[in-house]
Amino acid sequence: MSSIADPIAGSPVADTKAEAKSEAKAAAPAITLPMTGERELRLDLFRGLALWLIFIDHLPTNLLTWLTIRNYGFSDATEIFIFISGYTAAFVYGRAMLEGGFVIATARILRRVWQIYVAHVFLFTIFLAEISYVATSFENPLYSEEMGIMDFLKQPDVTIVQALLLRFRPVNMDVLPLYIVLMLFLPLILWLMKWKPDVTLGLSVLLYALTWQFDLYLSAYPNGFWAFNPFAWQLLFVFGAWCALGGARRMSRILSSNITMWICIVYLVAAFFVTLTWYVPQLGHIMPKVVEQWMYPINKTDLDVLRFAHFLALAALTVRFLPRDWPGLKSRWLRPLILCGQHSLEIFCLGVFLAFAGHFVLAEVSGGAALHALISVCGILIMCGMAWIISWYKHSADKGASKKGAVGNADLAGGGA
Amino acid sequence: MKSARTMLGLLLAACLAAAPARAGDTPEPAPPAPPCDVPAYLLTSESSLPKVTDAVKANQPLNVLVVGSRSSTIPGNEASAYPATMQAALKEAFPQATIDLSVELQAKSTAEETAGTLVKLVEAKKPTLVIWQTGTVDAMRAVDPDDFRTAINDGVVALRGTGTDVVLVNLQYSPRTETMISAPPYLDNIKVVAQQHDVPLFDRFAIMKQWSDAGYFDLFSTAHGVDLAKKVHACLGRALAKFVIDAAHLGPVQQN
Repeated sequence: MSSIADPIAGSPVADTKAEAKSEAKAAAPAITLPMTGERELRLDLFRGLALWLIFIDHLPTNLLTWLTIRNYGFSDATEIFIFISGYTAAFVYGRAMLEGGFVIATARILRRVWQIYVAHVFLFTIFLAEISYVATSFENPLYSEEMGIMDFLKQPDVTIVQALLLRFRPVNMDVLPLYIVLMLFLPLILWLMKWKPDVTLGLSVLLYALTWQFDLYLSAYPNGFWAFNPFAWQLLFVFGAWCALGGARRMSRILSSNITMWICIVYLVAAFFVTLTWYVPQLGHIMPKVVEQWMYPINKTDLDVLRFAHFLALAALTVRFLPRDWPGLKSRWLRPLILCGQHSLEIFCLGVFLAFAGHFVLAEVSGGAALHALISVCGILIMCGMAWIISWYKHSADKGASKKGAVGNADLAGGGA
Repeated sequence: MKSARTMLGLLLAACLAAAPARAGDTPEPAPPAPPCDVPAYLLTSESSLPKVTDAVKANQPLNVLVVGSRSSTIPGNEASAYPATMQAALKEAFPQATIDLSVELQAKSTAEETAGTLVKLVEAKKPTLVIWQTGTVDAMRAVDPDDFRTAINDGVVALRGTGTDVVLVNLQYSPRTETMISAPPYLDNIKVVAQQHDVPLFDRFAIMKQWSDAGYFDLFSTAHGVDLAKKVHACLGRALAKFVIDAAHLGPVQQN
């Protein structure tokens, strides 16, 4: 399932094309790709972490929620996920574009988009089942108003078509549509990057600024807007792509400077204290009113600058203090996280499904904080187990099959890149 | 439950949930009223309600107007809904005062639609205090949070312009619909407007969540009839009355 997992390196396809790489590199001096051969495990690790955190954040608040980073600063797991997705996508398809050309790369990206789209529709089906169940079983006069949200069930035809158009997206199902749109524009982004990476990043910043200036947004069904505005969130994705295609290396001087480090630390500590005032309202009076009025609301839909800066600070410190050859990355204990990160689409979808299931269990079985926490832990264990199975399929089951020459069905099985 | 709260407290270093030891935690609640204590910080506000203070101190009638959507009532049981229970609690606190209550329900109106009607309502009812419950309809329709904030802002400015005091009330905590209605952007934006204009915000969401976490009410449950709604509204009304009394600095009634 190499194309689903966004392989960074080491997949059979990358190996076969490794020889062609050097020529391609010479032909396109504008961008540089890091060395092949070794997978960048840090990316997998943090994408895996982001997937766990997104899952926990999608469940009702419980003990584990206090471990998620959104409680300690402005940004949350979504930023990590989108950035790393941009990074890996640019890495994989950037190479495809250098080696196979624009058309080949676009074709592969579109197939990937289709996979994500199918995953989204699959999740929507599960969501519909959950909602329909809740709608038929729930009649609490306390919530007669909130139950009005089920009204869309009266028009299933319209709702389903709108969902297929990505315009009807229930809560917690916002990330994949964003991802789909970003991936659709990846060929254009890569093509521009091949020409001039810095200009591409500049254009992305410009679009971000215009979004804030002119309030650009995508509307949703039945009314409202996209919860993650693609016009704004593209900045993280493009920034990730820019880093993957040599930007990170060119920034290494800035990243290793002590001034950067202290700016990041000061900003993160400040953000932490601001966040603390949300959860310990008794501290609220410490915050100067002027700062509050300037700062709030911190807009997630349009990727607030404060959130972006918080992510940058986190990323800068991570890169500085966690070297790519850190032996811990190979340890047994981080293996589950890394495995989850290597199969991000499947594990993401599983996480959304498990969050639905978790809501369902919590609604049916009245349990206390212990049950809440137990459900979170079980969900994470299931995600790890699934990641392990997928990786086993890839390395053992599928490999064995292809040796016997049974490659005909590779596409149906999700193989081939 | 108690250990869970302690752990939470540890995790947060300084914890909100380390609320003073409560009588309600004992297994058999002795008082007949449902145990619905609220941590003190949720019932205090830095903002004030000068008109309410003056009216009560001058022994003038206190005229309260509640503007809200359907969650401000219990269908078929209006007398048990929180506006009425709040009125009762206020009467209890100020036996000699006249407390008038009018409730204006705008079932399917967004904040923007309601904001446009506020001035006319105030002219008709001449309230001392307007309690504006809002956000649910906007969250259900996924109105742009920026537009929502502008609407609340306009509404508050208009109300202030007519010379009444204002209390904002946010969404209900509704765990069953959490996967369908995204409340946080609307909660945040109400809070922002409240801060900007120094309007007391009755954090209904946090209070109900507190009750749910503490196990006072099973808000996940499907099986309850109108009983649960009545109990929750009784508690909400009392908490709201306390909140108003505190914001108006009307002394002797202390939080428990």
